[in-house]
Amino acid sequence: MAESTNGHYKVIGTRPIRHDGVDKVIGRAKYGADYAFPGMLFGKVLRSPHAHAIIRSINAEKALKLPGVKAVVTSADLPEAEDKTEQVGEAALNPRHLSMNILARGKALYDGHAVAAVAATSPHIAEEALRLIEVDYEVLPPVMTVEEAMKPGAEILLPNLRNKEEGDNPTNVAQHLQFKRGDLEAGFRAADFIVEREFHTAMVHQGYIEPHNAVGIWNADGQGTIYCSTQGPFEVRSLSAQVLGVPVGKIKVVPAEIGGGFGGKTTIYLEPLSLLLSRHTGRPVKLVMTRSEVLRASGPTSGSTIKIKAGCTRDGRITAAQCWLAYEAGAFPGSPVGAGAMTILAPYAIENLLVDGYDVVVNRPKTAAYRAPGATNAAFAIETVIDELAEKCGIDPLDFRVMNGSKEGTAQLIGPPYRRIGYIETVEAIKNSPHYKSPLTGPNRGRGVATGFWFNAGMQSSAVVNIHSDGTASVVTGSPDIGGSRASMAMITAEVLGLPITDVRPLVTDTDSIGQCDVTGGSRVTFATGTAVYEAAQDAARQLRERAARVWEKKPEDVELRDGMLHAKDASVAPMSIKQLAGRLARTGGPVSGRASVNARGVGPAFAATCVDIEIDPDTGKIQILRCTVAQDAGKAIHPSYVEGQLQGGTAQGLGWALNEEYVYDTEGHLRNTGFLDYRIPTCLDLPMIETIVVEVPNPGHPLGVRGVGEVSIVPPPAAVANAIYRATGIRMTELPMSPPRVLKAILKHGRGQEVQSAAAR
Amino acid sequence: MATVIIPSLLRKLTGGRERVDVVAKNIREVVADLERQFPGFAAHLLDDGDIKGSIAVSIDGEMGTGGVLDRVRPDSEIYFLPAIGGGR
Repeated sequence: MAESTNGHYKVIGTRPIRHDGVDKVIGRAKYGADYAFPGMLFGKVLRSPHAHAIIRSINAEKALKLPGVKAVVTSADLPEAEDKTEQVGEAALNPRHLSMNILARGKALYDGHAVAAVAATSPHIAEEALRLIEVDYEVLPPVMTVEEAMKPGAEILLPNLRNKEEGDNPTNVAQHLQFKRGDLEAGFRAADFIVEREFHTAMVHQGYIEPHNAVGIWNADGQGTIYCSTQGPFEVRSLSAQVLGVPVGKIKVVPAEIGGGFGGKTTIYLEPLSLLLSRHTGRPVKLVMTRSEVLRASGPTSGSTIKIKAGCTRDGRITAAQCWLAYEAGAFPGSPVGAGAMTILAPYAIENLLVDGYDVVVNRPKTAAYRAPGATNAAFAIETVIDELAEKCGIDPLDFRVMNGSKEGTAQLIGPPYRRIGYIETVEAIKNSPHYKSPLTGPNRGRGVATGFWFNAGMQSSAVVNIHSDGTASVVTGSPDIGGSRASMAMITAEVLGLPITDVRPLVTDTDSIGQCDVTGGSRVTFATGTAVYEAAQDAARQLRERAARVWEKKPEDVELRDGMLHAKDASVAPMSIKQLAGRLARTGGPVSGRASVNARGVGPAFAATCVDIEIDPDTGKIQILRCTVAQDAGKAIHPSYVEGQLQGGTAQGLGWALNEEYVYDTEGHLRNTGFLDYRIPTCLDLPMIETIVVEVPNPGHPLGVRGVGEVSIVPPPAAVANAIYRATGIRMTELPMSPPRVLKAILKHGRGQEVQSAAAR
Repeated sequence: MATVIIPSLLRKLTGGRERVDVVAKNIREVVADLERQFPGFAAHLLDDGDIKGSIAVSIDGEMGTGGVLDRVRPDSEIYFLPAIGGGR
């Protein structure tokens, strides 16, 4: 066990082995697709081959006659949901749109849109049945980009969609939001340098290895159970109840182990279908997506068009910034453009600004959350422009950021002033890193830096800490563990109770067995569920003090718990260990079970900074990442290894955005890269070991100083790579991904070809 | 009095005013006072009597968790913002 990073703590800041590690290493851990029940049927989903089409009719007669087929369902089997916006978990959603995404109603809105679902006695029979379902489509022109969708007279996806500014006119623009401060024109007049650029980013997928899956069991007593891979079992419960038109209390969701989510498993696709098919057949029904289905029909994140105009004085003070963002929502409203607009200038103190954001529907899959949703697109644009402004001023790009950086008291873009934040410390950590201080030499090489912001989230969490009769403990939550949070929950419990970490067992349970735990997302689990665990452990500690007081015939306030030992403050009796007391719980009032539920406040935002060295092959445009370092403010790292893992994972994904990842559609709106051979996520062969610097500026809103670390490290890498390319070639890349063909085209366009020289080498 | 900072796209309802003073002990009363001063304003914020799911409320720099029940102080600064998240 490594030493604690903070002498005040015994357990927090150490690096114990994760409790769930053995089962995962030996293959015993149970994932969603591993569940099987007697009599279980297998479901498959018929998907639209068209990006945009009216569904005139669906005829399932032939499919239903195929031996082994037990049910075929369409949107006609779902209740019509209300057309309104409501809050579920961390995001707003429209129940009607949600239902229409589960099964198309009247129109297919993207290649892969679910049209019908089948349950049969084998997966092969179910697949065969799909081929026998006759769907009569009237194919419409697809609308694939925000530019097309926003044009006057554009083909309309959702005839009922309106926004406040266009009155009763049908539109593809679901929402316009705006943030405005100061005098923009005066700000630009005061600028000595102005940079104005337009950026494009591709739609990208989270790329989790485990496909979506669900087993639904609808009992004759009207109770349903769903076993599935999810970041949000409570959201699966409430959303499935919405779609099926049944009370929330009729559904129990059992979260399986999860093979990656990154935001993409915070909503539903197969889950209500598994219950619907089970209700129709009276048997358990399992559905598992193929990789192609995951890419075509789950929720990637938005591609975007972003225009930036920003100015600064000769001495490096930013005087004004104007940002225009339009994000692809996919087939239904709800892109992360709001978060993109609210994060884009978050690292900087700017008096004069105007930010406009547009949420635009296009014939692509409905987007879902993806690690700091919306922020990576935005940072690619603004951090490239910041780099250019710094260069015009002749100022080191990190110094430029420190000069203009947000700190405690800076007015946020969204208005309120920041509390204690660690942006400056994070930038300075990169400035002082061995990486940034090292020379970079050789041809075609460049070094780039960039920074990023993410809000982090609070929301609802519940926890129970049970003291067992041998003095060990279990800590139970409803937050699926996607990044090592079981270990963190156990460590917080162990720290409060003074137990060895090996004496605390962390568990993630189902929706009937614990109070509400909102989605594992928004970097919130160690922060918010951690707060609930901290308070539940404190509750257990209070009860233990009361029990010891009863044994010693003292008042509870005269007893304290230190390092797993109960002490009488007056030292009149020998201290007693939790283990000794645990054996006497039955005679002192019964079991001790601490509990807490929170709607967590005091969220601490996170910042990250990334430095990357690259080398370009001028003949092919291929970029090799030579070295990469990320610094991030964790507030307090409960388990430093898992914090570092989050920093590395987010950075790796951000480098994937930078280098290769994109949805490629043909002119008819068919997705052409529906597997990992063609949708190219980075592998260990593509990346060096990513170096991490964990900055700890404690969050005053959390009892242990935690901020949350799961997201922000994805934000800076694309801009850092773009800035590195500039240093290597003198070319400003403005489109993601910066894949070999795109980089080569840029090199050839600039007439440099073999003459590409490294700025560092010059 | 507490101060509400009006979102830029809603300033057309306040005659362009960015900051509006309200007399209120909680968000419900904040919205009621905004509606009193600028009829029609509440429809932009409320749905079924509570803050819309698409809107977040910041009170003195802290994101609210209680919708219309959140308390405000006489000198509070209140912002109505788009709910964070998206992509669902």
